[in-house]
Amino acid sequence: MGENKQAGGLGQEIVTLLKSNIRDYMMYIALVLIMGFFAFKTGGGFLQARNISNLINQAGYVAVMAIGMTIILIIVHIDLSVGYVAGFCGAVAAILMTKYNVNEWLAILIVLVLGLLVGLYQGLLVTRVGVPAFVATLAGMFIFRGLLNLSLQETGTIIIPNEGFNALSNGFIPDITGGSIHVLTLIIGIVIAVLMIFSEIKTRKNKLKYNFDVTSTPIFVAKLVVISAIIMVIIWTLAKYQGLPWTAVIVAVVLLIYNYMLNKTKLGRAIYGIGGNAQAAELSGINVKNVTLFAFCSVSVMAALGGVLYASRLQSATPTAGLGFEMDAIASSYIGGVAVSGGIGRVTNTIIGALVIMSLTNGMNLMGVDISYQYIVKGIIFIIAVAFDVRTRKK
Amino acid sequence: MSDYILEMKGIVKEFPGVKALDNVNFKVKRGEIHCLVGENGAGKSTLMKVLSGVYPHGTYSGDIVYDGEVQAFKKIADSEAKGIVIIYQELALIPELSLYENIYFGHEIVKGKAIDWNETIVQASKMLEKVKLKADPSMKVKELGVGNQQLVEIAKALSKNVKLLILDEPTASLNEDDSQNLLQLLRELKNQGVTCIMISHKLREITAIADTITVLRDGSTICSLDATERTIEEAEIIKHMVGREMDNIYPKREKKEFGEKALELKDWTVFDPAKNREILHSVNINIRKGEIVGIQGLMGAGRTELALSIFGNPTGYKITNGKLFMDGKEVRFKHPKEAINQGLAYVTEDRKGNGLILMQDIRYNITIANLEALVEGIAINENEEINVANRYKDSINIKAPSIEQKVGNLSGGNQQKVQIAKWMFAGPNVLILDEPTRGIDVGAKFEIYSLMNKLVDEGMSIIMISSELPEVLGMSDRLYVMSEGTITGELSIEEATEEKVMAMAIKS
Repeated sequence: MGENKQAGGLGQEIVTLLKSNIRDYMMYIALVLIMGFFAFKTGGGFLQARNISNLINQAGYVAVMAIGMTIILIIVHIDLSVGYVAGFCGAVAAILMTKYNVNEWLAILIVLVLGLLVGLYQGLLVTRVGVPAFVATLAGMFIFRGLLNLSLQETGTIIIPNEGFNALSNGFIPDITGGSIHVLTLIIGIVIAVLMIFSEIKTRKNKLKYNFDVTSTPIFVAKLVVISAIIMVIIWTLAKYQGLPWTAVIVAVVLLIYNYMLNKTKLGRAIYGIGGNAQAAELSGINVKNVTLFAFCSVSVMAALGGVLYASRLQSATPTAGLGFEMDAIASSYIGGVAVSGGIGRVTNTIIGALVIMSLTNGMNLMGVDISYQYIVKGIIFIIAVAFDVRTRKK
Repeated sequence: MSDYILEMKGIVKEFPGVKALDNVNFKVKRGEIHCLVGENGAGKSTLMKVLSGVYPHGTYSGDIVYDGEVQAFKKIADSEAKGIVIIYQELALIPELSLYENIYFGHEIVKGKAIDWNETIVQASKMLEKVKLKADPSMKVKELGVGNQQLVEIAKALSKNVKLLILDEPTASLNEDDSQNLLQLLRELKNQGVTCIMISHKLREITAIADTITVLRDGSTICSLDATERTIEEAEIIKHMVGREMDNIYPKREKKEFGEKALELKDWTVFDPAKNREILHSVNINIRKGEIVGIQGLMGAGRTELALSIFGNPTGYKITNGKLFMDGKEVRFKHPKEAINQGLAYVTEDRKGNGLILMQDIRYNITIANLEALVEGIAINENEEINVANRYKDSINIKAPSIEQKVGNLSGGNQQKVQIAKWMFAGPNVLILDEPTRGIDVGAKFEIYSLMNKLVDEGMSIIMISSELPEVLGMSDRLYVMSEGTITGELSIEEATEEKVMAMAIKS
């Protein structure tokens, strides 16, 4: 117990660590391999500051939707409607801003409430009427696709003129100086790294106090160094370009809220409990129906936010927005390690899953791969990830 | 007559940690009705599963000699091919299919590649005639009552050219008329040369119909009684069923002072919409502070249903009549959460199925039912949570490397301790324990019994539901006996004997 001091020393510990966390590490290895492959194929273009910024802006809408989806998948439900809910919500925002001259921030708020209503409708269908989630949200897929087409029927694609709105997925945080290096971005990066190091040290101290297993000091230090280095490399790359994209800030805030909710609150415990054994959760006093209803509301609000980010990215609302988003969201969650049988999953890992999916999209676009092949490649990666997950959990 | 159709010799079947069958010998004469009796967990169903190939050859030791040959059934189809058909208590019919489709399900009559439905209907009608069921073969199974569904099961068995028919508690869910009807049919089948093994708890039926009665207890054959030569009394069977030495494994409790009524049920009547029948009939029970009350009854007596209907009714029964009082105040819980808040706790019978969240660790499982106590603002105070979990781990001796151990990796006894710790932390006034020692070893049992004594000494009240007679007699201050959804008796511990309780438990 306590600090790991095995007979085989450091080498042995690394092997054990790799073996017991193979599922998590594979995800990072896959991400590095995919990024390395595209960097090689595009002659370094993939890793250029400009493209990294692009990648973050493109991945934002998938990331927030995948976070919402992760909760749904942990409690062993599914939401197939998120794609067209996102598309529809984006269209509504555009119409509010252009046709009715609603302020962009009010429009966003209205659209998020609209998402909440959609979630209530689908969640009540599942929890109170007893329609299986697959069916309820498949029907939602039809309905919101229809509503999306209907709302843009007269105008066709709506160009969004509002600068604030469009900045969400195209703009960068302002700088405090005016030099060629984005100083505020650098400061934020350093603060994040320091906070991360302090929180890790605190957690480790706590674990030692209670005699839990922790990794040995060299490995702990190595881990901190590697993670800080990765953060600083990304931050430096962004700072050299135009700074931190607003999308990254939005995703980070959503991620922090969800991560806190899942790990620190009763609601989070209830979500994992329902996923692990719904009957046992109910008999432990958890209101399974209400928590399920919350999960559907949350995923639809995230879909609405995703729709806003996507419309902002394109600076327009189009009838094709939303096509296949649910696939990307579900695939991100599963690649990020949500167990197919439910009860296990972390939103922080889901973000990595979203990065894998969006790196594939972005990289293949840079290489000029035909969209048909892109679908096939993503499908194959998805299946490999889930098959690997199922096998490694079977031990 | 010594022509045996079946001889099972020295059958030993082990599950991890438990010897379910320990050198069982079981002989069945050709053309007889052979009844197999024993308490829950005596090994009756396991023995029949070994026979029918559910547990394939190689997973048990010993020999099955059937029709003079040693058999090595790998799967159910192998035993069915030899004419051994088993009908389970939960019928295996498909409600939405017709009678004829059900009767030939799995062994369809084919002409060329296609199913010959006309021939199927003709043959099915013949089978239905044999079981004396006057019904249109094309009606759906769900349109029939349970008694007639049972007949369809037998018709299905007949269509497989059954030689040895095994029935697992065939009359458990039948009313009196249907039961008599079924028993009469079994007699007729016997005259047509079908051998029959019947597992049953209903001794009156057994003494009426059996040619031979074999009693199993704790995985061993106790005796085989020949009922053709002399009349076997029910009392004799009961004696063999329960006749074990009263082990000295029940810790004594010094202080026995009971306070006010902590919980009381009056005329509690419950209807189960899923089964479309009343499952609890006007139940009256009470429990005082500091008391351990046992509820004894055989499987299917309605004990778990009783507990669930009190504990916030998560299964959606309809409580059609009756009142529940806690500490003298009338209450009615709409959700387990409300029951927990009012000081009720329920340790489920099936700890893996609906008790614990196996993929989560000990800490998670101990605190899940009372997280309010650990919440500061909106976050859970994890340091305090760790302290709580460690405290219970130490005080009730949960054997695990740390509280971060996944509950799924613990032994049965330690899992049960985690369940009890979880409810201790919720701080109930009344604790319902449903089969608290099922499937756990003797040492852990003793620890759980001691813990129960400690809790009631501190003023808690415990309702112990159990089908293990010695445990109920060893631990309770007072006990109720249940049978078929009715309380059939209340006994003080002084007047309770195994024979008396068993007689009440099988009263119908």
